[in-house]
Amino acid sequence: MIFNINKIRKDFPALQQEVYKKPLVYLDNAATTQKPQAVIDRIVKYNTYENSNIHRGVHYLSQKATDAYEQARIFIKEYINTAESHEIIFTKGTTESINIIASSFGKKFLKKDDEIIISTMEHHSNLVPWQQVCIENRAHLKVIPINEKGELLIDEFKKLLNEKTKFVALTHISNALGTINPVKEIIEMAHKFDVPVLIDGAQGIPHLKIDVQNLDCDFYCFSGHKVFAPMGSGVLYGKEKWLEKLPPFQFGGEMVENVTFEKTTFNELPFKFEAGTPNVESILGLETALRYISEIGIENIADYENDLLNYATKELTKIDGLRIIGTAEKKASVISFLIGNIHPYDAGTIIDRMGVAVRTGHHCAQPVLDWFDIPGTIRASFAFYNTKDEVDRLVEAVLQAKKMLE
Amino acid sequence: MTIPEIENQLESEFQYFEDWMDKYNYLIEMGKSLPLIDPKLKIQSNLISGCQSRVWLHAAYENGKIIFKADSDAVITKGIISLLIRVLSNQKPDDILNAKLEFIDKIDLKEHLSPTRSNGLLSMIKQMKLYALAFKTKYQ
Ligand SMILES: Cc1ncc(COP(=O)(O)O)c(C=O)c1O
Repeated sequence: MIFNINKIRKDFPALQQEVYKKPLVYLDNAATTQKPQAVIDRIVKYNTYENSNIHRGVHYLSQKATDAYEQARIFIKEYINTAESHEIIFTKGTTESINIIASSFGKKFLKKDDEIIISTMEHHSNLVPWQQVCIENRAHLKVIPINEKGELLIDEFKKLLNEKTKFVALTHISNALGTINPVKEIIEMAHKFDVPVLIDGAQGIPHLKIDVQNLDCDFYCFSGHKVFAPMGSGVLYGKEKWLEKLPPFQFGGEMVENVTFEKTTFNELPFKFEAGTPNVESILGLETALRYISEIGIENIADYENDLLNYATKELTKIDGLRIIGTAEKKASVISFLIGNIHPYDAGTIIDRMGVAVRTGHHCAQPVLDWFDIPGTIRASFAFYNTKDEVDRLVEAVLQAKKMLE
Repeated sequence: MTIPEIENQLESEFQYFEDWMDKYNYLIEMGKSLPLIDPKLKIQSNLISGCQSRVWLHAAYENGKIIFKADSDAVITKGIISLLIRVLSNQKPDDILNAKLEFIDKIDLKEHLSPTRSNGLLSMIKQMKLYALAFKTKYQ
């Protein structure tokens, strides 16, 4: 298929709006993405004709909803190429996926003075759960340092790995800097010490082709809403051998096999980790979103976005006093920047009034901004439905902010 | 002047702005030109942390009225602070407690007081009212 940007944009009703009487330029895709009509239609169809609780009834509708839900699991299995479909656990998002593993792994395997390795550029979601589980078990959190471009120091990571290391949790792509981490290399090194690795794929899934067997990661987590699907849908991929060993995270209906007042035996995978009624409509929306991406082709998307990133970087750098935070060699379409001494909040306010949606602040990754010794940045993050014209609108808005605030 | 009188005054002043740019230019001017707080008062205990911009607030009680001094590291936030100070400073605790601050809505700056902005302004107003309550209980 040829990458037809005009056709693609028409698929996203949210992009057709005006804000402050100007066509909306939506550049906050790292926070959440817009949904194509197909996803919206899928949710409406489910709620109109299929709504029923899953895995519970013998009746027709329940069967239909269950089939659709399990079909989504099979599609996602193929999409990220897991070995088994029961290695796909549905969650409400990346944060929940990470918490399940941090908590279950901590409970079962973590002891005093063990070590867990994360990186300087983690989102709070892939930092705080590990920090807390370390505190509970009197274990220690070790942090992979970065260089001034915002790239991991791999040699330093090697030095951190030792026989006390029990787990590595690392983001695939930094939401604050855009850095694409060499996760495959890291996973390989960790495995030499028999250490399992969790990849926070919240920003990886919308930009890259993900093949979990090729990466050989032990866990991969992502959120639907960052990949053109509804909020409240998420995935936790785990290798069967790990998911079998880990205790359940939450208890309730669905995840049990047999219950008496004295004792409960738990259901098999994936249900062991899916307590209670899941967000069926959002999961079906996630399947639809990933099908939509497959039709365009994730490689086509990556090429297009890379082009957009290069253009935006080139145009923004022309602005006097503008400084990009995060200049890794391998980057996704995320640009964090500062304009002279202008406070990001002020710049963001003016840019917003120009009809351009960007994010300002610390992007839930305070430690990495502390590392750069800045309180926050302005962040423009692009999706495959953005255009060079929109980059020009961003540049125009930045120039306006600069003019008013400097 | 009473709080409602100052609010009215601000509303009529803001009527003259032709568009959002004029209005924001004015706020930015206010934010840049006003030294709002003695640097000595920019201390941790006076800091109201919004996660987007930081706000410092100091209150003193003089002759039955409260004098507020406040500042921010973001200029637009500071500009809005200067409006709030104009309205609420040098007023009696009861009047501060009763102030509805409807002018913010009327001059179309309400979005800056939304919790999603987390710029510290909303917490600052809350804190001003708490000071009013505290001084009222202490001195009246
Ligand atoms: C890298 C990264 N990890 C985790 C998260 C958390 O995702 P969610 O809030 O959908 O659970 C985000 C979202 O901002 C992210 O960018």
